[in-house]
Amino acid sequence: METDAIPILKLKDFLIVSIQTDLHDRMAEHLQYDILKRISQTEAKGVLIDISALEMVDSFIGRTLADTARMASTLDAEIIIVGMQPAVAITLVELGLSLGGVQTAINLDEGYDLLEKQLENRYFDDAESEKDDQSEAADDNSAD
Amino acid sequence: MTTLQIKEEADIVRVRSTARSIARGIGFGLVDQTRISTAVSELARNIYVYAREGEVLIEELSNPRHGIRITFTDKGPGIEDIELAEKDGWSSSGSMGKGLPGAKRLMDSMEILSKPGEGTTIIVAKWLPE
Repeated sequence: METDAIPILKLKDFLIVSIQTDLHDRMAEHLQYDILKRISQTEAKGVLIDISALEMVDSFIGRTLADTARMASTLDAEIIIVGMQPAVAITLVELGLSLGGVQTAINLDEGYDLLEKQLENRYFDDAESEKDDQSEAADDNSAD
Repeated sequence: MTTLQIKEEADIVRVRSTARSIARGIGFGLVDQTRISTAVSELARNIYVYAREGEVLIEELSNPRHGIRITFTDKGPGIEDIELAEKDGWSSSGSMGKGLPGAKRLMDSMEILSKPGEGTTIIVAKWLPE
């Protein structure tokens, strides 16, 4: 059912997905594939997934979201789940699902700030390690 | 009393959203509605995954207490070891094994009747807080 596709918007370095419909299993799997495909096409550095309209997250949806986040990180993109309803958060914990390692934020604003901060830190870390490499190279030269 | 068939994957969504609206009608709060629809989703998916098809009966209870009872029936392979199936993290299908134990935690009671080769009936209930 192609009409079920959930739109994925690109904004600068990020992708934004808002799930506005009750996800059935196959839709969740399609969405996972679509997000990963868009990350690889656009080289997006982060994805915000808004689940504020989701009235429940069961073990299948939870696992699919957590898997998507892990897969995205292998493509060098961070996923942040935003807007989880309190009742959904309570139920997820009681269900025994930890969503291990998935980053969450209370709303889209906070999620965006979090992504930007992480992106800055990453560039900073990269710059630092480049500097280290250069100074190591300099040390090697002076040793000769 | 509402009876729903599970025959295809989209029925999982239909069953859980019907259960949610019945729970809302009975007077359950938002968190309990979410617990009930999540438990129903897990158990309905079990039918779809293990038995391919089955039936879900949703009933409002009023005597002696107000609540909801949901009965899941299938003629699938049945559960070999119910005690094991109720354990967290155990699964015969490669899933996470959260379905059965998770649904039990989300509801007030769960009863499993199963005979290998004949099918499974699972009855869950939740009471309206007094």
